[in-house]
Amino acid sequence: MGDHWKIGNVEFRSRLLLGTGKFADLDVQSQAVAASETEILTFAVRRLDLDRPQAENFLDRLDLQRFTLLPNTAGAYSAEEAVRIARLARATGLCDMIKVEVIGDPRTLLPDPIQTLEASRQLVEEGFIVLAYTSDDPILAKRLQEVGVHAVMPGASPIGSGQGILNEHYLRFIIEEAQVPVIIDAGIGSPADAARAMELGADGVLLNTAVALAEDPVKMAEAMKWAVLAGRQGYLAGRIPKKRYASASSPTEGMIE
Amino acid sequence: MQLFVNGKEVVLSGIQTVQDLLAHYHLQQKIVVVEKNKEIVERILFDTTGLSDGDRIEIVHFVGGG
Repeated sequence: MGDHWKIGNVEFRSRLLLGTGKFADLDVQSQAVAASETEILTFAVRRLDLDRPQAENFLDRLDLQRFTLLPNTAGAYSAEEAVRIARLARATGLCDMIKVEVIGDPRTLLPDPIQTLEASRQLVEEGFIVLAYTSDDPILAKRLQEVGVHAVMPGASPIGSGQGILNEHYLRFIIEEAQVPVIIDAGIGSPADAARAMELGADGVLLNTAVALAEDPVKMAEAMKWAVLAGRQGYLAGRIPKKRYASASSPTEGMIE
Repeated sequence: MQLFVNGKEVVLSGIQTVQDLLAHYHLQQKIVVVEKNKEIVERILFDTTGLSDGDRIEIVHFVGGG
């Protein structure tokens, strides 16, 4: 179709990014990944369970050639921890993209703006392709771009909350001013939320819980695929303005008498 | 040799290198990253990086996450 986009120097066709957490089992997870037609998968870096060292890992199910792996720094509460996790992820040799996620509070899981900015600055310097999970604060989004992040990822609402977009106005400020791709990440609940994000002009949507904890994750993954496509096409098509008064759809002349 | 591996104290014998440690857990074919005393050990150096009593090792991998 031709509506490709780039993060750093990597080009993508799909604008739906998928998180891999919270799935009931590896079967559902891999089916949902396939149904979503995503090209970018996020995941976390954690200790191997030494009581079950040979347990099947979700990576074993994936054709790694088909996906761009986007590890996150989830678990970090400081820039230092985030940088440490990022370096560990890169040491696999599988990826040099990193989702900077530095949380400020465990109940709200809202990003810590100061630690996020510092982690992003350091990781950009170390040559990572940095996608920064941030709040819907337009000034912070600007500062993140000033330190060189390759994408900003403002949250729609708290992680896993399914509330959809809480502040369209600020997201639109971010999108209008952005010099890098804007991916709306966190809080998406329904396909309508994902479509709305794309209609606002976002370059992509990242979601996880909305699919993983849906009653039928595979069906929802497919719905989200269509929602992102529909929202993007609607944005490119140019919607009609909202009017206070009606404007007839059928002609007013030629009526029989 | 006494080591701390993923936060747990373990006593192992016949382990000299990082590669030996991974072999002990049958992890040679797995995608893992190893930190020894907070420094990442490059994959190509697994079989030449020695371990000493009291070393703190982290063996990490990728898991599902958002």
